[in-house]
Amino acid sequence: MNSYPDWWKLVFGRFTLEAIPYHEPILVATFAGVVIGGLAVIALITRLKAWGYLWNEWFTSVDHKKIGIMYMVLGVVMLLRGFADALMMRGQQAIAFGANEGYLPPHHYDQIFTAHGVIMIFFVAMPLVTGLMNYVVPLQIGARDVAFPFLNNFSFWMTVGGVVLVMASLFVGEFAKVGWLAYPPLSGAAYSPGVGMDYYLWALQIAGVGTTLSGINLIATIVKMRAPGMDMMKMPVFTWTALCTNVLIVASFPILAGTLALLTLDRYVGTNFFTNDLGGNPMMYVNLIWIWGHPEVYILILPCFGIYSEIASTFAGKKLFGYTSMVYATVVITILSYLVWLHHFFTMGSGASVNSFFGITTMIISIPTGAKIFNWLFTMYRGRIRFELPMMWLIAFMLTFVIGGMTGVMLAVPPADFILHNSLFLIAHFHNVIIGGVVFGAFAGITYWFPKAFGFKLDEFWGKLSFWFWVIGFYVAFMPLYVLGLMGVTRRLNHFEDPSLQIWFMIAAFGAVLIAFGILCFLIQIAVSILHRDRLRDLTGDPWDGRTLEWSTSSPPPAYNFAFTPVVHDHDAWADMKKRGYRRPLGGFRPIHMPRNTGAGLIISALATICGFALVWYVWWLAALSFAAVIVTAIAHTFNYDRDFHIPAETVLREENARTEQLARA
Amino acid sequence: MRNRRFLAVLPFLPLLGGCQAVLLSPSGDVALQQRNLMLISTALMLTIIIPVMALTVYFAWRYRASAKAEYDPDWNHSLPLEVVIWAVPLLIIVILGALTWMGTHLLDPYRPLNRISAATPIATAQAGSTQMRKEPLVIQVVALDWKWLFIYPQQSIASVNEAVVPVNQPVEFRITASSVMNSLFIPALAGQIYAMPGMQTKLNAVINHPGDFEGFSANYSGEGFSGMRFRFRGLEGNGFEDWVKAAQAKGDKLGREEYLVLERPSEREPARQFGSVAPDLYDAILNMCVDRAKMCMRDMMAMDAKGGGGREGISTVMALEYDKSVRRGGAPLPPRPFVTAICTPADVYGKGGVTARAAN
Repeated sequence: MNSYPDWWKLVFGRFTLEAIPYHEPILVATFAGVVIGGLAVIALITRLKAWGYLWNEWFTSVDHKKIGIMYMVLGVVMLLRGFADALMMRGQQAIAFGANEGYLPPHHYDQIFTAHGVIMIFFVAMPLVTGLMNYVVPLQIGARDVAFPFLNNFSFWMTVGGVVLVMASLFVGEFAKVGWLAYPPLSGAAYSPGVGMDYYLWALQIAGVGTTLSGINLIATIVKMRAPGMDMMKMPVFTWTALCTNVLIVASFPILAGTLALLTLDRYVGTNFFTNDLGGNPMMYVNLIWIWGHPEVYILILPCFGIYSEIASTFAGKKLFGYTSMVYATVVITILSYLVWLHHFFTMGSGASVNSFFGITTMIISIPTGAKIFNWLFTMYRGRIRFELPMMWLIAFMLTFVIGGMTGVMLAVPPADFILHNSLFLIAHFHNVIIGGVVFGAFAGITYWFPKAFGFKLDEFWGKLSFWFWVIGFYVAFMPLYVLGLMGVTRRLNHFEDPSLQIWFMIAAFGAVLIAFGILCFLIQIAVSILHRDRLRDLTGDPWDGRTLEWSTSSPPPAYNFAFTPVVHDHDAWADMKKRGYRRPLGGFRPIHMPRNTGAGLIISALATICGFALVWYVWWLAALSFAAVIVTAIAHTFNYDRDFHIPAETVLREENARTEQLARA
Repeated sequence: MRNRRFLAVLPFLPLLGGCQAVLLSPSGDVALQQRNLMLISTALMLTIIIPVMALTVYFAWRYRASAKAEYDPDWNHSLPLEVVIWAVPLLIIVILGALTWMGTHLLDPYRPLNRISAATPIATAQAGSTQMRKEPLVIQVVALDWKWLFIYPQQSIASVNEAVVPVNQPVEFRITASSVMNSLFIPALAGQIYAMPGMQTKLNAVINHPGDFEGFSANYSGEGFSGMRFRFRGLEGNGFEDWVKAAQAKGDKLGREEYLVLERPSEREPARQFGSVAPDLYDAILNMCVDRAKMCMRDMMAMDAKGGGGREGISTVMALEYDKSVRRGGAPLPPRPFVTAICTPADVYGKGGVTARAAN
């Protein structure tokens, strides 16, 4: 650094050529792979002359369906990155015993487990649930789009901005080495002076803007844009869970933004919120981050509970058992999720009464969660269950999740937590609920709604293969971690002395390989389904004999979703309409008012990402310039009055006629 | 389906291999009680988890489409069933909640022990009782980068990466850290508690069986975290006294200067002892003023409690800084003049508050 002249620091901040990790073979190979892959994709798009199509139809689209699909693609792509991290960790822990130091030194290993956690939560699980909510909620409530279509596009691109920063940290500089929640003082300027922690802060800050706005958007959509007749207690359960999730997002993400902002101030301008000295208090950070962090896990799991509810009643061919108690359970979980954060650090030394309070509130959450499990159980009772893929995911979820719930309650007993905290038992527990709940739910949702989005079902064979690899792989990978936890093995270790532990780590690594096959089969499933789309085609728009409004329109739905806004009389509106002999209107269409696409969201978020990158590297001129550009572009966008148009009645008629023909062929 | 039912049994396998799982067969009374609570709560939950899993499999099989079982598409509500599915979990949580409340208070790490083991309660100082209350052995623990320092104030010795205690002797750990958060965890002895710089946590525990046990940091603390392990030994008979004497016989002294060297980051340090320890060392570590150029936390807090130093107080700021200058491996600052303590007319030397806190 010292050998660089002053003008270099002025222009490039603290960036130096040494910051590029060309001496790390793993990263060089990854970089080469990304470059070759990226060039291939760019070449392919150019060859197909698809740039204009992508820009006009996707990147600038404000259609909630397309944005939903883009979120899903983002989530799946990042799943590959996050899972690569997981495989590397499992590999390291399986071999690093005694004299063998493994292939990942702490400098690299510590970045990997931090990146794994951050990516899996923020850039895999969040995009997947947000994508599903984005796609499905407006269709379920009979709306034509979300309440703020431009904001939706902007939210998506801000999430991408966070992803870009995290990915950039692989090849320029480094990522944080602090664990996914970055406890100070370790994450403060004194103990993490490098750029890694700053990548972490700005990536989450930028993505967080997108998440918060998307939460506001979906709340407004659900509250204000339901079809006539759909009062709150007639909303589909998935919409209910989406509503609660977005309430949680809006109430908790600002806490994350504020907490990270305070830590950023500590790091950048030398304030002392969370330092050891000068009156700072790291315990405050731990409290604040978990006041966001605990609701976050419910943000992830609630929509999946909604997915399971839809699937249970669809594939059992009957109404959901205990709709009302399901709704109240969801609301109770939403409220209680704010009263349990301290259970993440019983061991920080709070008194017995404080610990007991938070332990007991945590256990209380298991009551509504248990009620939900029973409701799915009794939805199956006296049903006629079709074991299609989504239903298989549901059964796997129910059997897996109760184990995770049980170990969760064990961890909620403070004295038991004292021996289990931070151990691999804890790791096994939350992977048990996140994989068993959120990942299984996302796959169930993808399989369930894929035919709605693309007009053909996913291939069964590869789907089942993927299912079995995932389910068995999960058990093989994580049950050994429960055992290791009981053997007193703690998390985030990159080397072990005791050779008797190795066998368990090897089993876990084998499980991770099985899961890798599960992911591979999922990708093959998508490819095979696209190749065989004609064989898998669904012309009815209702391939599963669905019960909610999204199944009443064509697959894929037209840009306007519904030619006429449906009128709702009962929950399970579409099942009710089918029962009462609903007939599609064939004429009398009117022009439909729709929002117009805009590139402003992408441009603003690209500028915000540049600003974040500049701040990471202390390139102050670029940060100031790009920040000013963000403000100017946002203001300029407000003067863009060309933001809506009408789909002419003739176009609607043409599309609806095509649908009539399609239905006749089905 | 059969595959998965088999897999569901897997989490209980560790119970079979219990002999090697330290959490399931600990050697300390506190860890034993914590294990018991864990097992009781597991058993309680299994009373509901097992029926749910069984019913899930049974209903899935019984009502599969090809079975042509009873089909009732409109059946979606049953008040008695609703009452049961809310009340049964509630009942279990009420029981578990009561256990939790009692267990958390009884096993509060701050609470002095009231028993050595289930069979031997510690006599409390009652009127008329001739038995003396067994005073705990105090061990001051400092989590350093990346090793553990144990100071025995009553014996005036210190030990790095090795802690030794007599069997069946209550021990009170007072725990702090030098730079970042760690967690003191000896699974065979008792549950863990965080070690945090500038703060003190406590852990009361007792080891009932002699032996060599593993201790380590359970909270990630940076590069050398994996090697941050120590031996925890419970000795019978005169073992502890012999160990203390052997340590005292060594000439090594641990004063402030030696501590500042020891504090520098290092990994996988072998165990070693110091024959004497500066009596105020732990207090200085806890107050982050081992380096004499630093103002102690307690003085800073005393000043703040009296309204702070005002604009004039800015001159002391350098002396307040701790971790920004002495980063991992950094050299201490040269001494600078500053206000070390403040006093009131009634307490001219400003010692009242200091000694009161130091006495704790």
